[in-house]
Amino acid sequence: MIILQEGHPDFAGEIQETSGVDFNLCLHCKTCANGCPFVEAMDYAPNKIIRLIQLGMADEALKSSTIWVCVGCNTCSSGCPMAIDIPMLMDGLRHKALETGVEIAEPDILNFHQEVLNTVRKYGRTHKLEIMMRYKFKKMDLLSDMGVGLKMLKKRKLDLIASRIQDKKAIDKIFKNK
Amino acid sequence: MIKSSRTNKTGPEPGRLKFSFFPGCSLKTSGHENTLSLFKFCESVNIDLIELNDWNCCGSSSAHSIDKKVAKYLPMRNLSLAPKGIPLLIACPSCLLRLKSTFLKIKEDPAMRQDYEDFFKTPFDENLEIIHFFEIFNRIDLKDHMKDPGEKLKHLKVAPYYGCMLSMPPDLRFEKSHAGIIEKSLRQLGADIVSYGYANRCCGTYLSVAKPDIARKVVNEIIFKAMEAGAECLVTACSMCHLNLEIRCTLDSPIPILHFSELLSLALGARDQKKWFPRHIVDPVPLLKKRGLLA
Ligand code: SF4
Ligand code: SF4
Repeated sequence: MIILQEGHPDFAGEIQETSGVDFNLCLHCKTCANGCPFVEAMDYAPNKIIRLIQLGMADEALKSSTIWVCVGCNTCSSGCPMAIDIPMLMDGLRHKALETGVEIAEPDILNFHQEVLNTVRKYGRTHKLEIMMRYKFKKMDLLSDMGVGLKMLKKRKLDLIASRIQDKKAIDKIFKNK
Repeated sequence: MIKSSRTNKTGPEPGRLKFSFFPGCSLKTSGHENTLSLFKFCESVNIDLIELNDWNCCGSSSAHSIDKKVAKYLPMRNLSLAPKGIPLLIACPSCLLRLKSTFLKIKEDPAMRQDYEDFFKTPFDENLEIIHFFEIFNRIDLKDHMKDPGEKLKHLKVAPYYGCMLSMPPDLRFEKSHAGIIEKSLRQLGADIVSYGYANRCCGTYLSVAKPDIARKVVNEIIFKAMEAGAECLVTACSMCHLNLEIRCTLDSPIPILHFSELLSLALGARDQKKWFPRHIVDPVPLLKKRGLLA
């Protein structure tokens, strides 16, 4: 028997509601953990995240690196015998982590997502060069990875000018609607 | 490139197929050679592509990771732009997932449908067909468009690479699977298909920027395994995968990475590869010359 002293009594219910994923179907067969290409970079394997939620261990789940390292490749969910949408669950956990203001385990990944959305807000489309520059700038690290950046510029994989949509108002409406 | 507005409702001419086309950000920019060769391919097999007028980013992973509302409306706007009566073709697998799952949600959920119609002031087209580039091979026969198909890519040892594109989330698991399309079409053109264990290993997507060490490790693993199995090149069907495999590989003398659309266009006799190949980090020209596929 596990006795929880500091658990969050209805964390599981909240996450089920925000994510829309019924993770209580989980058999803990570990198919997800075994197939995940990035499990080594995570502090908890995907099935363990489910266990943390079931046990009401909100802090551990929301402060985990796992929820940010998961790229949503669906390798896990397409193999899951119970058809649990693990990437959607991770989305729900990320939203919760941002909402509750806990410490984010992978600030670089969050920073990247924010920069992507910044360019989408501005142009309606992503602009890779600006994302990379601003991302590096925020990180105060302009020099690492320069070789790759230069290679990309040389091969014209980074456009200098953003491709943008005409109906900017439509995008403003999407970003304003909160 | 033909552009048109959504008032274009005419069907294809006899003997031709017509699709509206959503390129997505990666194809449009870092994978421009993919777009060029894809248009070339479609032209050679009598397919008309009409770029979706004023399309926007589908939101990609970033929107659904950190902004629920934006993640919901960005794909919706693209759906609202799609012309009626012709299928919407999407070449980027992750844009496809976003648009298709949004489409299915609107179709199944009356509240979501109302929301869509109020927001975009247009009726929801529940008959819109959204297809991946691979679906083309269920609708045309490559053999009808060339002589001696089996000679085209003769003896080229190709490792197909799908990345995560065949892995479907639960809400799309009953959609048509395109497993084996690259193998089937390239084998028909005479290529030797190399099998290795990493064809469905995710490329790392944006971890390539935020966690380059992790991306480097998976990319090297994928390419190394393909080389070990005897492949002379890797073939991708996603611009994002293509970019990661190229920029994150640190192996000694890695094999070139080709877009599926480039090999297809080449087999169909395209002569404008000069616009595509210089954009590659590992030059595929020496290999293609060695195999007699380029003069
Ligand atoms: S694969 Fe599915 S059922 Fe198995 S442990 Fe993972 S989430 Fe649970
Ligand atoms: S979706 Fe996330 S948890 Fe699942 S296999 Fe991919 S990276 Fe791992």
